[in-house]
Amino acid sequence: MTPEPHHHDLPVAARVRRLEERVIAAGLASDGELDEALARFYARATPINGARLVARAWTDPRFRVRLLADGSAAAAELGFGPQVSGYQLRVVANSAQRHNVIVCTLCSCYPVALLGPSPSWYKSLAYRSRTVREPRAVLSEFGLVVPEAVDIAVWDSTAETRYLVLPVRPDGTDGLAEDELAALVTRDGLIGTARV
Amino acid sequence: MTLRPGTRVRTSSADPDHHTRLPRYLRGQVGEIVYAGREWPLPDDVARGVAAPRAEIVYTVRFAAAGLWGTGRHTVLADLWASYLEQADGEDGEDDEDDGPQEER
Repeated sequence: MTPEPHHHDLPVAARVRRLEERVIAAGLASDGELDEALARFYARATPINGARLVARAWTDPRFRVRLLADGSAAAAELGFGPQVSGYQLRVVANSAQRHNVIVCTLCSCYPVALLGPSPSWYKSLAYRSRTVREPRAVLSEFGLVVPEAVDIAVWDSTAETRYLVLPVRPDGTDGLAEDELAALVTRDGLIGTARV
Repeated sequence: MTLRPGTRVRTSSADPDHHTRLPRYLRGQVGEIVYAGREWPLPDDVARGVAAPRAEIVYTVRFAAAGLWGTGRHTVLADLWASYLEQADGEDGEDDEDDGPQEER
Protein backbone atom coordinates (compact mmCIF):
# COMPACT_ATOMS: atom_id res chain seq x y z
CA MET A 1 0.00 0.00 0.00
CA THR A 2 1.20 3.50 -0.68
CA PRO A 3 1.97 5.62 2.37
CA GLU A 4 -0.95 7.66 3.60
CA PRO A 5 -0.91 11.30 4.63
CA HIS A 6 -0.72 11.79 8.35
CA HIS A 7 -4.08 11.32 10.04
CA HIS A 8 -4.40 15.01 10.99
CA ASP A 9 -4.15 15.97 7.33
CA LEU A 10 -6.98 13.73 6.17
CA PRO A 11 -10.30 15.35 5.17
CA VAL A 12 -12.07 13.14 7.71
CA ALA A 13 -10.00 14.67 10.51
CA ALA A 14 -11.18 18.15 9.51
CA ARG A 15 -14.74 16.88 9.39
CA VAL A 16 -14.44 15.41 12.89
CA ARG A 17 -13.01 18.66 14.23
CA ARG A 18 -15.91 20.59 12.68
CA LEU A 19 -18.42 18.20 14.24
CA GLU A 20 -16.76 18.53 17.63
CA GLU A 21 -16.96 22.32 17.36
CA ARG A 22 -20.69 22.11 16.59
CA VAL A 23 -21.33 19.74 19.51
CA ILE A 24 -19.45 22.05 21.86
CA ALA A 25 -21.10 25.21 20.49
CA ALA A 26 -24.53 23.62 20.98
CA GLY A 27 -23.67 22.97 24.60
CA LEU A 28 -24.11 19.20 24.23
CA ALA A 29 -20.68 18.41 25.63
CA SER A 30 -17.52 20.24 26.54
CA ASP A 31 -14.16 19.71 24.90
CA GLY A 32 -12.94 18.07 28.10
CA GLU A 33 -15.89 15.71 28.25
CA LEU A 34 -15.32 14.60 24.66
CA ASP A 35 -11.63 13.99 25.32
CA GLU A 36 -12.43 12.09 28.48
CA ALA A 37 -15.04 9.88 26.78
CA LEU A 38 -12.62 9.04 23.97
CA ALA A 39 -9.77 8.35 26.38
CA ARG A 40 -12.00 6.07 28.43
CA PHE A 41 -13.08 4.14 25.35
CA TYR A 42 -9.63 3.78 23.85
CA ALA A 43 -7.98 2.84 27.16
CA ARG A 44 -9.87 -0.45 27.03
CA ALA A 45 -9.74 -0.89 23.24
CA THR A 46 -6.64 -2.86 22.37
CA PRO A 47 -5.68 -5.83 20.20
CA ILE A 48 -4.63 -7.55 23.44
CA ASN A 49 -8.36 -8.24 23.90
CA GLY A 50 -8.69 -9.96 20.53
CA ALA A 51 -5.42 -11.81 21.21
CA ARG A 52 -6.86 -13.19 24.44
CA LEU A 53 -9.82 -14.65 22.54
CA VAL A 54 -7.45 -16.23 20.02
CA ALA A 55 -5.10 -17.69 22.65
CA ARG A 56 -8.04 -19.18 24.53
CA ALA A 57 -9.35 -20.73 21.30
CA TRP A 58 -5.90 -22.19 20.57
CA THR A 59 -5.70 -23.83 23.99
CA ASP A 60 -9.34 -24.78 24.61
CA PRO A 61 -11.00 -26.63 21.70
CA ARG A 62 -14.44 -26.28 23.22
CA PHE A 63 -14.03 -22.52 23.55
CA ARG A 64 -12.93 -22.47 19.92
CA VAL A 65 -16.19 -24.12 18.89
CA ARG A 66 -18.19 -21.60 20.91
CA LEU A 67 -16.16 -18.68 19.55
CA LEU A 68 -16.79 -19.69 15.95
CA ALA A 69 -20.48 -20.41 16.59
CA ASP A 70 -21.25 -17.17 18.47
CA GLY A 71 -18.41 -14.66 18.75
CA SER A 72 -20.44 -12.22 20.84
CA ALA A 73 -21.28 -14.82 23.50
CA ALA A 74 -17.71 -16.15 23.60
CA ALA A 75 -16.32 -12.61 23.97
CA ALA A 76 -18.73 -12.07 26.84
CA GLU A 77 -17.34 -15.19 28.55
CA LEU A 78 -13.98 -13.44 28.73
CA GLY A 79 -15.53 -10.26 30.08
CA PHE A 80 -15.85 -8.26 26.84
CA GLY A 81 -19.65 -8.39 26.73
CA PRO A 82 -20.33 -4.68 27.31
CA GLN A 83 -17.64 -3.66 24.83
CA VAL A 84 -19.09 -5.69 21.95
CA SER A 85 -22.77 -5.20 22.78
CA GLY A 86 -23.62 -2.86 19.89
CA TYR A 87 -23.08 -5.39 17.12
CA GLN A 88 -22.84 -9.08 16.34
CA LEU A 89 -19.26 -10.33 16.55
CA ARG A 90 -18.36 -13.12 14.20
CA VAL A 91 -15.06 -14.94 14.21
CA VAL A 92 -13.74 -16.66 11.09
CA ALA A 93 -10.98 -19.25 11.30
CA ASN A 94 -7.98 -19.49 9.03
CA SER A 95 -6.88 -22.99 8.06
CA ALA A 96 -4.46 -24.71 5.72
CA GLN A 97 -7.14 -24.41 3.01
CA ARG A 98 -8.55 -20.95 3.68
CA HIS A 99 -7.31 -17.47 4.52
CA ASN A 100 -9.76 -14.84 5.74
CA VAL A 101 -9.37 -11.08 5.53
CA ILE A 102 -11.63 -8.32 6.80
CA VAL A 103 -12.61 -5.11 5.03
CA CYS A 104 -15.43 -2.60 5.19
CA THR A 105 -16.03 -1.24 1.71
CA LEU A 106 -18.71 1.26 2.72
CA CYS A 107 -16.89 2.85 5.66
CA SER A 108 -14.49 1.38 8.21
CA CYS A 109 -16.49 -0.93 10.49
CA TYR A 110 -14.24 -2.90 12.76
CA PRO A 111 -14.41 -4.32 16.29
CA VAL A 112 -12.41 -1.50 17.88
CA ALA A 113 -12.79 -2.84 21.43
CA LEU A 114 -11.04 -6.08 20.45
CA LEU A 115 -8.55 -4.82 17.86
CA GLY A 116 -7.74 -1.33 19.11
CA PRO A 117 -8.07 1.80 16.97
CA SER A 118 -8.11 0.84 13.30
CA PRO A 119 -5.03 1.65 11.24
CA SER A 120 -5.38 4.49 8.72
CA TRP A 121 -4.87 2.10 5.81
CA TYR A 122 -7.97 0.17 6.91
CA LYS A 123 -9.99 3.34 6.24
CA SER A 124 -8.24 4.14 2.96
CA LEU A 125 -10.13 3.99 -0.33
CA ALA A 126 -7.34 1.85 -1.77
CA TYR A 127 -7.65 -0.90 0.85
CA ARG A 128 -11.44 -0.78 0.81
CA SER A 129 -11.84 -0.97 -2.94
CA ARG A 130 -8.97 -3.29 -3.82
CA THR A 131 -9.36 -5.94 -1.10
CA VAL A 132 -12.68 -7.21 -2.46
CA ARG A 133 -11.31 -7.20 -5.98
CA GLU A 134 -7.73 -8.43 -5.77
CA PRO A 135 -7.06 -9.62 -2.22
CA ARG A 136 -4.06 -11.72 -3.18
CA ALA A 137 -2.28 -8.68 -4.62
CA VAL A 138 -3.21 -6.50 -1.63
CA LEU A 139 -2.02 -9.12 0.86
CA SER A 140 1.26 -9.53 -1.00
CA GLU A 141 1.83 -5.79 -0.58
CA PHE A 142 1.51 -6.39 3.16
CA GLY A 143 4.22 -9.06 2.76
CA LEU A 144 1.74 -11.90 3.06
CA VAL A 145 1.97 -14.31 0.16
CA VAL A 146 -1.01 -16.65 0.16
CA PRO A 147 -0.28 -19.82 -1.85
CA GLU A 148 -2.50 -20.32 -4.91
CA ALA A 149 -3.86 -23.53 -3.38
CA VAL A 150 -5.27 -21.59 -0.42
CA ASP A 151 -8.71 -20.03 -0.92
CA ILE A 152 -9.19 -16.42 0.14
CA ALA A 153 -12.44 -15.28 1.74
CA VAL A 154 -12.96 -11.52 1.99
CA TRP A 155 -15.50 -10.42 4.62
CA ASP A 156 -17.11 -7.07 3.84
CA SER A 157 -18.39 -5.94 7.25
CA THR A 158 -21.10 -3.58 8.39
CA ALA A 159 -21.65 -1.66 11.60
CA GLU A 160 -24.01 -4.39 12.79
CA THR A 161 -21.83 -7.41 12.03
CA ARG A 162 -18.11 -7.14 12.71
CA TYR A 163 -15.40 -9.69 12.18
CA LEU A 164 -12.26 -10.98 13.78
CA VAL A 165 -9.94 -13.51 12.14
CA LEU A 166 -8.82 -16.53 14.17
CA PRO A 167 -5.28 -17.07 12.88
CA VAL A 168 -3.62 -20.48 12.60
CA ARG A 169 -1.59 -21.28 15.70
CA PRO A 170 2.09 -21.07 14.76
CA ASP A 171 4.20 -24.22 14.69
CA GLY A 172 6.54 -24.81 17.58
CA THR A 173 4.30 -23.19 20.21
CA ASP A 174 3.17 -26.39 21.94
CA GLY A 175 4.85 -25.57 25.22
CA LEU A 176 3.56 -22.01 25.50
CA ALA A 177 1.05 -20.87 28.09
CA GLU A 178 -2.10 -18.97 27.11
CA ASP A 179 -0.68 -15.53 27.93
CA GLU A 180 2.52 -16.31 26.02
CA LEU A 181 0.43 -17.33 23.02
CA ALA A 182 -1.63 -14.14 23.28
CA ALA A 183 1.58 -12.12 23.07
CA LEU A 184 2.26 -13.61 19.62
CA VAL A 185 -1.03 -12.35 18.15
CA THR A 186 -0.87 -9.08 16.23
CA ARG A 187 -3.55 -6.63 15.18
CA ASP A 188 -2.85 -7.36 11.51
CA GLY A 189 -3.18 -11.08 12.26
CA LEU A 190 -6.67 -10.38 13.61
CA ILE A 191 -7.58 -8.41 10.44
CA GLY A 192 -6.08 -11.07 8.19
CA THR A 193 -3.36 -8.96 6.56
CA ALA A 194 -0.65 -10.99 8.32
CA ARG A 195 -0.03 -14.46 9.65
CA VAL A 196 0.78 -14.99 13.29
CA MET B 1 -39.54 -16.25 6.42
CA THR B 2 -35.93 -17.00 7.09
CA LEU B 3 -33.80 -17.96 4.11
CA ARG B 4 -31.73 -21.05 4.86
CA PRO B 5 -28.01 -21.44 4.26
CA GLY B 6 -27.47 -22.72 0.75
CA THR B 7 -30.30 -20.64 -0.71
CA ARG B 8 -29.26 -18.83 -3.86
CA VAL B 9 -30.28 -15.20 -3.91
CA ARG B 10 -30.12 -12.28 -6.29
CA THR B 11 -29.42 -8.85 -4.88
CA SER B 12 -31.51 -5.84 -5.78
CA SER B 13 -30.39 -3.89 -8.82
CA ALA B 14 -32.16 -0.72 -7.67
CA ASP B 15 -30.22 2.53 -7.45
CA PRO B 16 -31.99 4.21 -4.53
CA ASP B 17 -31.75 7.95 -4.02
CA HIS B 18 -31.22 7.41 -0.29
CA HIS B 19 -28.69 5.74 1.94
CA THR B 20 -28.42 1.98 1.59
CA ARG B 21 -26.05 -0.69 2.78
CA LEU B 22 -26.09 -2.75 -0.38
CA PRO B 23 -22.73 -1.80 -1.86
CA ARG B 24 -22.88 -0.82 -5.51
CA TYR B 25 -20.49 -3.61 -6.53
CA LEU B 26 -22.97 -6.15 -5.16
CA ARG B 27 -26.05 -4.86 -7.01
CA GLY B 28 -27.88 -7.37 -9.20
CA GLN B 29 -25.50 -10.19 -8.27
CA VAL B 30 -26.23 -13.82 -7.50
CA GLY B 31 -24.81 -15.32 -4.33
CA GLU B 32 -25.52 -17.92 -1.70
CA ILE B 33 -26.76 -17.51 1.86
CA VAL B 34 -24.18 -18.89 4.28
CA TYR B 35 -25.56 -17.53 7.55
CA ALA B 36 -28.73 -15.98 8.89
CA GLY B 37 -27.78 -13.40 11.51
CA ARG B 38 -29.72 -11.24 13.92
CA GLU B 39 -32.45 -8.78 13.02
CA TRP B 40 -31.35 -5.16 12.74
CA PRO B 41 -33.20 -1.96 11.77
CA LEU B 42 -33.01 -1.38 8.03
CA PRO B 43 -30.39 1.38 7.54
CA ASP B 44 -32.33 2.73 4.53
CA ASP B 45 -35.25 3.51 6.87
CA VAL B 46 -33.09 4.74 9.75
CA ALA B 47 -31.18 7.17 7.54
CA ARG B 48 -34.43 8.63 6.21
CA GLY B 49 -35.78 9.13 9.71
CA VAL B 50 -38.62 6.65 9.27
CA ALA B 51 -40.44 6.59 12.60
CA ALA B 52 -40.62 2.81 12.85
CA PRO B 53 -37.78 1.43 10.76
CA ARG B 54 -38.28 -2.10 9.51
CA ALA B 55 -36.28 -4.71 11.39
CA GLU B 56 -34.91 -7.40 9.12
CA ILE B 57 -32.64 -10.41 9.34
CA VAL B 58 -29.16 -9.62 8.11
CA TYR B 59 -27.78 -12.48 6.03
CA THR B 60 -24.20 -13.28 5.19
CA VAL B 61 -24.15 -13.87 1.44
CA ARG B 62 -21.22 -15.38 -0.40
CA PHE B 63 -20.30 -14.23 -3.91
CA ALA B 64 -17.72 -15.66 -6.27
CA ALA B 65 -15.17 -13.06 -7.36
CA ALA B 66 -15.39 -14.31 -10.94
CA GLY B 67 -19.08 -13.37 -10.99
CA LEU B 68 -18.48 -9.91 -9.53
CA TRP B 69 -15.39 -8.92 -11.46
CA GLY B 70 -15.03 -11.43 -14.28
CA THR B 71 -11.79 -12.55 -12.69
CA GLY B 72 -10.40 -13.90 -9.44
CA ARG B 73 -10.78 -17.17 -7.51
CA HIS B 74 -11.60 -15.70 -4.12
CA THR B 75 -15.00 -15.28 -2.51
CA VAL B 76 -16.52 -12.10 -1.08
CA LEU B 77 -18.93 -12.38 1.84
CA ALA B 78 -21.18 -9.49 2.74
CA ASP B 79 -23.88 -8.91 5.34
CA LEU B 80 -27.09 -7.87 3.62
CA TRP B 81 -30.56 -6.99 4.89
CA ALA B 82 -33.42 -9.27 3.80
CA SER B 83 -35.10 -6.68 1.58
CA TYR B 84 -31.97 -6.42 -0.58
CA LEU B 85 -32.41 -10.07 -1.56
CA GLU B 86 -34.76 -12.25 -3.56
CA GLN B 87 -34.53 -15.96 -4.15
CA ALA B 88 -32.72 -16.87 -7.36
CA ASP B 89 -33.68 -20.48 -7.84
CA GLY B 90 -32.48 -21.97 -11.06
CA GLU B 91 -30.31 -19.01 -12.00
CA ASP B 92 -26.73 -19.45 -12.95
CA GLY B 93 -24.34 -17.56 -10.82
CA GLU B 94 -21.74 -18.50 -8.35
CA ASP B 95 -19.94 -21.71 -9.11
CA ASP B 96 -18.68 -22.86 -5.78
CA GLU B 97 -17.36 -26.18 -4.65
CA ASP B 98 -17.59 -25.97 -0.91
CA ASP B 99 -20.91 -25.81 0.75
CA GLY B 100 -22.51 -24.35 3.79
CA PRO B 101 -21.48 -22.29 6.76
CA GLN B 102 -19.67 -25.15 8.53
CA GLU B 103 -17.09 -25.04 5.80
CA GLU B 104 -16.95 -21.32 6.27
CA ARG B 105 -16.28 -21.04 9.98
